[in-house]
Amino acid sequence: MEILSHIRETLLQGDDDGVRDLTRTALAAGLTARTVLDEGLVAGMGAVGEKFKCHDIFLPEVLLAARAMYAGMDVLQPLLAGEGVPALGKVVIGTVQGDLHDIGKNLVGIMLKGAGFEVIDLGHDVSPEKFVEAAERERAGVIGLSALLTTTMPVMGKVVEAVRSRGLAGSVRVIIGGAPVSEQFARQIGADSYGYDAASAVERVRALLKGP
Amino acid sequence: MEGILTRLASGEVLVCDGGMGTMLMERGLPPGACPESFNLEQPQVLEDIARQYVDAGADIITANTFGGSPLKLALFGLADRAAEINARAVEVARKAAGGRACVGASLGPSGKLLKPYGDADPEEVYAGYELQARAVIGAGADAILMETMIDLAEAVLAVKAAKAASPAIPVTATMTFDRTPRGFFTIMGVSVEKACAGLAEAGADVIGSNCGNGIEAMVEIAREMRGLSRLPLLIQPNAGLPQSGPGGTLSYPETPAFMAGRVGALLEAGVSIIGGCCGTTPEHIRAFRGAVGEHLRGA
Repeated sequence: MEILSHIRETLLQGDDDGVRDLTRTALAAGLTARTVLDEGLVAGMGAVGEKFKCHDIFLPEVLLAARAMYAGMDVLQPLLAGEGVPALGKVVIGTVQGDLHDIGKNLVGIMLKGAGFEVIDLGHDVSPEKFVEAAERERAGVIGLSALLTTTMPVMGKVVEAVRSRGLAGSVRVIIGGAPVSEQFARQIGADSYGYDAASAVERVRALLKGP
Repeated sequence: MEGILTRLASGEVLVCDGGMGTMLMERGLPPGACPESFNLEQPQVLEDIARQYVDAGADIITANTFGGSPLKLALFGLADRAAEINARAVEVARKAAGGRACVGASLGPSGKLLKPYGDADPEEVYAGYELQARAVIGAGADAILMETMIDLAEAVLAVKAAKAASPAIPVTATMTFDRTPRGFFTIMGVSVEKACAGLAEAGADVIGSNCGNGIEAMVEIAREMRGLSRLPLLIQPNAGLPQSGPGGTLSYPETPAFMAGRVGALLEAGVSIIGGCCGTTPEHIRAFRGAVGEHLRGA
């Protein structure tokens, strides 16, 4: 469908008015909200993530594309509820206790939503207990932790411990990311996975929710 | 003591200090607490760290003002004490330096994204930097060290605010780059080339890079900058990427000896000021000082 590729391109350009209008046009032409979501917005954000991963584009372009995605989502949301579209899975995300930086975490949230996951964003400065409680309450399969400060990285290990001590290991997986964080650090603290950037975080979450 | 810019112009290589946040953690800064609260509550800890760096041979030490923008202090309810917090940091650093080292005051990112990518107004961010700059200059800072920037627009605001506070104050401007297959870029997509041009145009006296990388990548960044700019270069690598140590602590893989082994390469690349960022300690700076001396004697 030409209009769907038009939506994807317009999203990539970060044109929120354009995406909002095209989303309405697509619905008026008889496409289902689900189709517009999957093949327009989600596919468009997937392309954005891919370009970000390859460093063809950077954070500013991703943020503008995300804004465009939300403009389209706002049009689709009421209809999606009616169509009963299931999310791919639930992910609880947040920046760890003591860390007030949320740019990276928000980006991961955007990309996860863009990929069709339900995202429960706990914000920043989130304690290990809050992460675990939210995951239990929401029956989320994955907890995503972000830290920008080297001073708050050790808190990530505490969340892993909290998941274990609640007996949730195996049912709730922990993935971590953030500028100073590495794959090696993730292994050392016993996290289930590590997202190098927002796009790989989505891939890794997908793999975690698929199970072994 | 002669000014930093005069010393650089005469061909002198300067050593500045190493990490502050990671040193404060070792001295009980709880994860995520406001590092600048030490300026008010435990200045003796800052004085002790600064003195260790001076003893290690640092020509320039950094006042603990990295997160001293009122925008950032607001997260801890300390915005209205911004001027005092910034001034105290310089005073304590000057006391530790005792005339043996210059005191630079750090300006870090506001932690907010400027419009249209975020919700921060440029005027508000600029005003925060100007307040910081006036406070640290008033307290006797010898230079302003703007650092760890990822957005060129914000970096330009910081440099301009510092120069507006005092046209004569030396301003160094360093950004944090990531290695990509297409070269080094900040996460906001600023290339080394754009950084060099933009920071110089804003009025920075010294440009360079800090944080985000170990020393090996910094050698490459320095070489690239040298080819693009005639301004003096400042490079402050991390001691590599942090790893999990015993009991929830962090450890950094690059030892003083390892990093000192690459100081010669930085000097050959044309770097004029060498220091450290996260994970570097007075031992690293002592090793850098030694390596600079050896390199100059051998040259």
